[in-house]
Amino acid sequence: MSKTVDWSALRKDFPILDQKVHGKPLVYFDNAATSQKPRAVIDALVHYYERDNANVHRGIHELSNRATNHFEAARTRAAKFINAKSADEIIFTRGTTEGINLVAATWGAKNLKAGDVILLTELEHHSNLVPWQMLAQKTGAKISYIPVTGDEGVLDLSKLDSLLTSQVKLLSMVHISNSMGTVNPVEEICARAKKLGITTLVDGAQSAGHLPVDVQAIGCDFFAFSGHKICGPTGIGVLWGRQEILDAMPPYQGGGEMILTVGYDKTEFKAAPHRFEAGTPDISGPIGLHAAMDYLDAIGRENIWKHDQELANYAYEKLAALKNIRLFGPKQNRAGLVSFLLKDVHAHDVVTLADQAGVALRGGHHCTQPLMHKLGVESTARASFYFYNTKAEVDVFVDVVKEIQKFFGG
Amino acid sequence: MFDDINDLYQQVILDHCKKPRNFHEMPAATCSAQGHNPLCGDNLKLFLTLDGDVIKDASFVGSGCCISKASASLLTDNIKGKTKAEAEKTFEQVRDMITTGVVNGDVGKLAVFAGVHKYPARVKCAILSWHALIGALKGEAKPVSTENEQT
Ligand SMILES: Cc1ncc(COP(=O)(O)O)c(C=O)c1O
Repeated sequence: MSKTVDWSALRKDFPILDQKVHGKPLVYFDNAATSQKPRAVIDALVHYYERDNANVHRGIHELSNRATNHFEAARTRAAKFINAKSADEIIFTRGTTEGINLVAATWGAKNLKAGDVILLTELEHHSNLVPWQMLAQKTGAKISYIPVTGDEGVLDLSKLDSLLTSQVKLLSMVHISNSMGTVNPVEEICARAKKLGITTLVDGAQSAGHLPVDVQAIGCDFFAFSGHKICGPTGIGVLWGRQEILDAMPPYQGGGEMILTVGYDKTEFKAAPHRFEAGTPDISGPIGLHAAMDYLDAIGRENIWKHDQELANYAYEKLAALKNIRLFGPKQNRAGLVSFLLKDVHAHDVVTLADQAGVALRGGHHCTQPLMHKLGVESTARASFYFYNTKAEVDVFVDVVKEIQKFFGG
Repeated sequence: MFDDINDLYQQVILDHCKKPRNFHEMPAATCSAQGHNPLCGDNLKLFLTLDGDVIKDASFVGSGCCISKASASLLTDNIKGKTKAEAEKTFEQVRDMITTGVVNGDVGKLAVFAGVHKYPARVKCAILSWHALIGALKGEAKPVSTENEQT
């Protein structure tokens, strides 16, 4: 099924990876925070600014036509990337965070009232927690959580039936946990929610660029992801919503681009998606994202997923063989990252030392503070992988971890 | 492997992080303050016993990285016996040293933190307990946070 990929050739597409940090070859293991950009994406951005730059949608001249065509082509490409029914279901945002906030501010404000319940999971990133807390405060809705089982970071679905009460109006959950590496069974959960008429949102920040995503197969109503985590530029993201739901949603921000006609006392709004994109948008962003989506699908996300999982399993096994280490996340079907804590060594000290060895890790709560507190920790250290990473790099990383243990006398 | 980093993790710092001094609650404290670093979740509470203007005793509890723990430990050792004004002066010296690397005047053992300025991401760790100290001396009700630190 999967073709063979020349991974080391792909690595050469990333100029940034070819450098030394503190005198050591860079090992970039902070991909869950943001991915690096291949030459094809950088070139697309440069080409746009050197040849095609103009404002979109309102111009009649050649450059504006080109910019508009490229901008809308990216929308069509994004629809294909996640198998949306139509490009009209694709709203460009700043990223996952803005996508979720947009749903909360529009769909949420219109459809939620006091006594309603927003169902989340204990795994959520702050971006899928705080907007709902803010909305709950405004509307009087309540929030409840699907619990996780402990260090494995797996959802306890035995509680789902009792949580899916008739008060639940929205279920919003992360597809892949950025701090644990858990892959949630979003199809199954969405199917159970859908039966009860509950609207569903999936946070695809960690999944969209790592495995094939089909929003129709998932069965959700909204899906949000960020360009910068999938080899695209920062500042651009995608919110997908079902056409009929988008059509019934009030606008998000007001301004140019989102109107049909404006009078001094009354305005008619455009249909989705333009109704949700007020003002001059990020134009280079979608163009860069387009190149990124082409690039990823030329490799094949099923291949990327296999590679991610292989590296994560390899790293997990090597770390599990060490003493005085606490590992987080599922043992089975782990996404491409490993979260860990060394006994008596704070995650930040791990990260500072690893950095000296050229290894870029992340230490902290990973924007999942409630989850960290539930697990009784303040932070973890995390290595997160992408397709340009290698087993040899994992070996370097694990050796560094051993040296860190020695350094702190563990 | 980590030869270059000894300017951050000096022996004294490693020693104080592994065996923090004055690491306990102080039920009889006359004032205390919570220090919180929202970026990494570091959290510590500093206790002081004041006799008039003089800091008779100091202790701390909490969790944090090696740098923040060692900093709190050395702080509590350093300020015992100092007047409020002296402690505030030390705070200023330490803050300047941690952010610029320049040591003004005699700061004793605290000089081991001069290397921290080379690691901008860790400046907040080193300064957390000092902000808590100022908070405690001023009787701040709200936890002090490193978030407004200009570095
Ligand atoms: C699971 C998850 N959700 C949401 C986000 C937020 O993405 P962004 O900061 O690009 O809006 C992230 C990014 O860290 C994430 O990992």
